[in-house]
Amino acid sequence: MSRAARVRWARIAIVGGSILLPEALCRWHVINPLTLIPPSEMVAAMGQMIVSGELTGDIIDTFSAVGIAACLSIVIGFAAGAAVHATPRVRRAIAPLLASYYAAPVFVFYPLLVGLFGLTMLPLIVIAFIAAVPAMVIATLTGLDRVPRVLRKVARVHRMGPLRTALLVVLPATLPSLCNGIKLCLAYAFIGVIAGEFILSSGGLGYGIAYAYESFENRPMYGRMLFVLLTAVVVNGLLHVWEVRMNARRGRA
Amino acid sequence: MDQAVSTRAAHATIRGVTRVYHATRPVHALGPIDLELTGGEFFSVVGPSGCGKSTLLDVLAGLSMPTEGRIEFEGKPVQGQVPDGIGVVFQEDASFPWLTVHDNVAFGLRRAGVAAAEITRRVDYAVGFMGLREFAAAYPAQLSGGMRQRVCIARTLVLQPRLILLDEPFGALDQQTRLLMGDELLRLWRETGATVLLITHALDEAAMLSDGVGVMSARPGRFIDMIETHWPRDRDSRIVANDAFGHVTARLWSSLRAESMKAIGRTQ
Repeated sequence: MSRAARVRWARIAIVGGSILLPEALCRWHVINPLTLIPPSEMVAAMGQMIVSGELTGDIIDTFSAVGIAACLSIVIGFAAGAAVHATPRVRRAIAPLLASYYAAPVFVFYPLLVGLFGLTMLPLIVIAFIAAVPAMVIATLTGLDRVPRVLRKVARVHRMGPLRTALLVVLPATLPSLCNGIKLCLAYAFIGVIAGEFILSSGGLGYGIAYAYESFENRPMYGRMLFVLLTAVVVNGLLHVWEVRMNARRGRA
Repeated sequence: MDQAVSTRAAHATIRGVTRVYHATRPVHALGPIDLELTGGEFFSVVGPSGCGKSTLLDVLAGLSMPTEGRIEFEGKPVQGQVPDGIGVVFQEDASFPWLTVHDNVAFGLRRAGVAAAEITRRVDYAVGFMGLREFAAAYPAQLSGGMRQRVCIARTLVLQPRLILLDEPFGALDQQTRLLMGDELLRLWRETGATVLLITHALDEAAMLSDGVGVMSARPGRFIDMIETHWPRDRDSRIVANDAFGHVTARLWSSLRAESMKAIGRTQ
């Protein structure tokens, strides 16, 4: 068996084990069903909620906020990263802030945002944006730093202006780093929105999980949790496949 | 026997060029330097590390402005922009990793707005000429270093430059591949009729390929010797077996040895 095949089987065993073990422990009543329901029941609960349309409103609320926050953080983070890269003095000034940004718990600002914008989607978008945008700024800076100088020289030899150079040389050269930034933006936006809904909101998947938790309704709680986890895994998996294909073409591991 | 350094008109001229970099303290990198390249000539520049060879290429290409002096290409001044008709091949791998070999080679033609049929014709020719036909759909990461450098040469070749500037294009290749790439370069030079300026560390490479070789001093680089090889135009790497090749290489080294010692901080 090749090393890759062994790794694949090990992965399947870990994932399978982490599903089958709690399934068995719950079925044998080693774990109290008030604490954890069997994974098969989680899947059934999730399926029922999707089919009945019970989740539709929450999905729309949560994914609208995640989508808007992720798009804003990607676009604004990229523009800010490019601007900072072009101004070394600004970069030197904000470098310590960027380096320590994720040491600060940005969620402490959430009550303030709710106070400012009310119990709407806006504070969720803002907190998710605040959580995600530095990742894109850092990814853009890293990507631009890694563009080989010789490629910019090639652009000059072909008498390309700044815009064409940016679009046809710099942007494709930074794409692997930007891809990392996009992945992180989506992850942080997702975490930001779900966590915000958990803390204080009037709808969404996070709110639904918190509400079910406080009402001791395990089936809807775990059904929603499973849906959130599966969505995050699928989105991240798709981006990973894209990244792997792109890096394979470029000879990057 | 065709005498390569002919009496043809000057194709590119460098007059009194200096280059001073202003960092924390001024660094005099080059010159003053004078050079005249005649049309269709193959001229090489050798010199110790850090003597300003690449700076010379940059200012001649228009990639960098000289601090003093004047550069002309086909009678027109070169002023901080690469003129039409000049192609440059760099030492580093300058292929675009996100494009296939075909698209890399077609890159400049597409930017220049050349018609699609003409792009196909020229790219097919250049890819075939450089022995890359089987790899036209491959990405640079799937090629060896020598093949990637051939992609870069093909990308320059399709634009039909009249002056080709090569900045140590074979620097990262093994000796056998360098000899073979040298043959390819000579074939390209003969078929295109372009003027070629080659920057190189390798004395044997300069001696084998060139009609004329300029030897530069340690920084700030100036020409301290000009050697004409008198090779026939129709030549290849087998010329290394010629006695005259040994004499040219020996003269290059005798001119360069003291400067190379200076460059590494040693006196004779």
